[in-house]
Amino acid sequence: MDPLLLARLQFALTVGFHFLFPPLTIGLAWMLVIIEAIGWKKKDEIYAKIGKFFGKVLGLIFAVGVATGIVMEFQFGTNWSEYSKFVGDVFGAPLAAEGVFAFFLESTFLGLYIFGRERVSKGVHWFSILMVAVGSTISAFWILVANSWQQTPAGYVIQNNRAELVDFWAAVFNPSTLPRFFHTFGASLISGSFLMTGVAAYWLIRNKHVEIAKRAINFSIIFGLIASLLELFPFGHEHAKQVAKTQPEKFAAIQGLYKTQEGAPLAIFAIPGTKPPKLHFPVEIPGLLSWLAFGDINAEIKGINEFPPDEIPPLWLTFVSYHNMVVLGLYFIFVTALAAYFIKKKTLYEKKKFLKVLLWSTPLPLIACQLGWIAAEVGRQPWIVYKLMKTRDAVSITVGAGELLFSIIMFVLIYILLLSIFLSLLFRWIKKGPEPLTGEVAQ
Amino acid sequence: MIDLNTIWFLLVGVLIIGYAILDGFDLGVGVIQLFTKDEKERQININAVGPVWDGNEVWLLTGGGALFAAFPVVYATVFSGFYLAFMLLLFFLIFRAVSFEFRKFSETAEAKKKWDMAFAIGSTVPALLYGVAIGNIMKGLPIEIVDGKVVSKITFLGLLNPFAILIGLTGFAMFVMQGAIYLTMKTEGAHQEKVIKWANGGWIAFVALYVISTIATLFVAPHLFQGILNNILFWTVFLLLLAGIIYTPIGLKSKKYGWTFLASSVTIAAVIGLLAISLYPNLVPSSIDLEKFSLTIYNASSSQYTLKTMLIIALIGMPVVIGYTIFIYRVFKGKVIITKDSY
Ligand code: HDD
Ligand code: HEM
Ligand code: HEM
Repeated sequence: MDPLLLARLQFALTVGFHFLFPPLTIGLAWMLVIIEAIGWKKKDEIYAKIGKFFGKVLGLIFAVGVATGIVMEFQFGTNWSEYSKFVGDVFGAPLAAEGVFAFFLESTFLGLYIFGRERVSKGVHWFSILMVAVGSTISAFWILVANSWQQTPAGYVIQNNRAELVDFWAAVFNPSTLPRFFHTFGASLISGSFLMTGVAAYWLIRNKHVEIAKRAINFSIIFGLIASLLELFPFGHEHAKQVAKTQPEKFAAIQGLYKTQEGAPLAIFAIPGTKPPKLHFPVEIPGLLSWLAFGDINAEIKGINEFPPDEIPPLWLTFVSYHNMVVLGLYFIFVTALAAYFIKKKTLYEKKKFLKVLLWSTPLPLIACQLGWIAAEVGRQPWIVYKLMKTRDAVSITVGAGELLFSIIMFVLIYILLLSIFLSLLFRWIKKGPEPLTGEVAQ
Repeated sequence: MIDLNTIWFLLVGVLIIGYAILDGFDLGVGVIQLFTKDEKERQININAVGPVWDGNEVWLLTGGGALFAAFPVVYATVFSGFYLAFMLLLFFLIFRAVSFEFRKFSETAEAKKKWDMAFAIGSTVPALLYGVAIGNIMKGLPIEIVDGKVVSKITFLGLLNPFAILIGLTGFAMFVMQGAIYLTMKTEGAHQEKVIKWANGGWIAFVALYVISTIATLFVAPHLFQGILNNILFWTVFLLLLAGIIYTPIGLKSKKYGWTFLASSVTIAAVIGLLAISLYPNLVPSSIDLEKFSLTIYNASSSQYTLKTMLIIALIGMPVVIGYTIFIYRVFKGKVIITKDSY
């Protein structure tokens, strides 16, 4: 088997699995910052209990995020050694910065948050969850800097057979860093809010812990609605504009624009065919793509036909993953808006069918995240560093197919095991529910 | 005049020392856990490291990141060369990482015991592997530089040589000593007496193995002794090592556990320091041709601009990290107390 293919498979598998957890960590941590503050400042027992319950959930999620993250930190060296040698001068710095500025912060204060409840004052305890939220967000920032640099390199020169850093800030704030950071941050908030919504919906369906569940769902729905709106506009929109400008072949691929056009249409739905590239059954809005990308319905947008055939990404996968992400994004706005309307009309808690929809929507933001990453990463192919290095030149030459096969099987087995244990522990914890209300706030 | 490459050699060394001292005691506690039958004692052991272990492990992650940023060629060559060994290490680190929370969420004593064992085995194997890796680097790796590119001929079985295993065992004993001494501060009564025995045993094993390794190194890796015997720094660190080693049993006997922990931490720092001094300016000696093909802090490094930028990052970030790390250790100072939030 081809070592390159195996190395790619392994990277996609391990990072995809890892990325199930960070969005939940980040989203939940920020929600807990607000919830714990209300519980503490307003001496609100219900919020205090919500905080305590989801604080434990955060601990569990964080643990698996760490376990799978350790693998990622070293994988550039083990599997992509040629890549590491070529980009190390630029790419290593954000990884190291992530350790110094983020990993220490989040993991140190998580320990305090989880164990400190009875050891430190309420203020220090709240500060610890704030530091977890800040730390995990900074962590996302730096790793996304690294990723964004390989999408849209800046601040470097090619010298001594490698990319060398010449302008740190230009590399950090390369053209895609901020759009990617805000977009991923928004995705994380959505993911966290849907988790809380799902849990509360489950309790409401079963008529359990009703007081607490009502308050939790009110909070998470509003939080989720705001995050979903922001995710479409401005975060998603700005990100798409940036891709149109900086990676035109990727933009053409995810949008399904196979011929250069003025007044390009936005394809809402289509089934992409690849040989020759063509959209079947397209539902299109004329001019909208040109308008969204460049603010002018007549603007010309380059199609796939403009680019050398060996420099275009896979068309089917990028189109399908991108469009499903967007559909999910619209669905999140719709479903949280509807729920918010029902909350306002005070009818949400009785609508068992709708609560079931909310329950089953819990994992959808994570699926949207995976789809988004596939669009971004597959859309970057065949480059590992856009226009500088091809993926096929980046793989470790000393690592053979046999070794890779071994490690892939190992990771698959471990991750299946971890996921099933994680889910069974989580489900049992949710079934057990929060501590009952006593009418007083623990001091 | 110290150049940036040397500063980064020092900083990576500091990160490795930080890791060995801090996660060193977690690993040692894990090894002891493997042999702890009493359920209550196991719970205290795991809770002694529970709140802090993740922060400790970040020293390894940051060390990896710093190595990548400052000496990318070493990061790439060693990690891809040690591929299978590294995957094995990850296997155990993954299970150790989840064992704490999974134990807490488990309800039966049986399930809890399983995760105690995941913590124990997940610590024991890495505690051994780190030394094996260091042993191979001391000995020199089969790498050459062809047309400016590093070509390595490292094989998995080649890594399992007697010298490397000897170094592995030495490191192992060192971590057990460190873990046991840490536990002396966290335990009471009969449990404490047991860990004191572990501490003394670990100390004896470490000292014996360290002497044997040093002699073996004279034969297997004589290049490490070239020109260091008239280096004043070498002798200074050597004195520190002696002080740490001599004080440890005295401290244990006089029940000054905090000081003993300091002494054993100094021992660890000095062991790594001595190795660093004898390696300098090499990072990975080549067993094919030491002069021509070794990876050094000059031929394997990033550009001066990157090293300077990274230095600024480290100078801003690390004092803050050390500040709040000390704060956290203060909060969790003293004997382990089991509460509802415990593992
Ligand atoms: C810091 C860098 C970085 C970051 C944050 C990510 N990736 Fe990535 N990704 C890479 C760096 C990278 C890479 C090293 O550059 C790979 C390996 C092979 C390649 O072409 O790019 C890659 C490949 C790759 C592939 C396979 C693409 C292909 O080979 O066709 C997928 C599906 C993903 N990634 C998905 C993800 C997900 C779900 C991420 C969420 C965490 C993610 N990536 C973050
Ligand atoms: C391929 C790139 C990635 C690498 C090398 C990587 C590395 C790591 C490592 C080593 C950890 C463990 C840290 C600890 O012990 O505390 C970790 C956890 C984490 N990572 Fe990643 N990561 C990657 C992708 C991402 C991305 C893209 C994000 C965010 C958008 C992210 C966000 C986080 C967060 C928030 C944590 C904390 C633990 C958790 O959330 O479960 N990571 N990562
Ligand atoms: C609603 C409309 C949305 C639009 C217009 C949009 C736009 C985009 C674009 C253009 C990319 C590709 C960036 C690149 O290739 O560099 C992307 C990636 C991504 N999307 Fe979306 N998105 C939307 C919704 C969502 C939602 C709801 C989620 C998750 C909850 C999500 C998660 C992601 C993730 C994780 C990535 C990969 C990281 C990145 O490149 O930012 N997106 N999105």
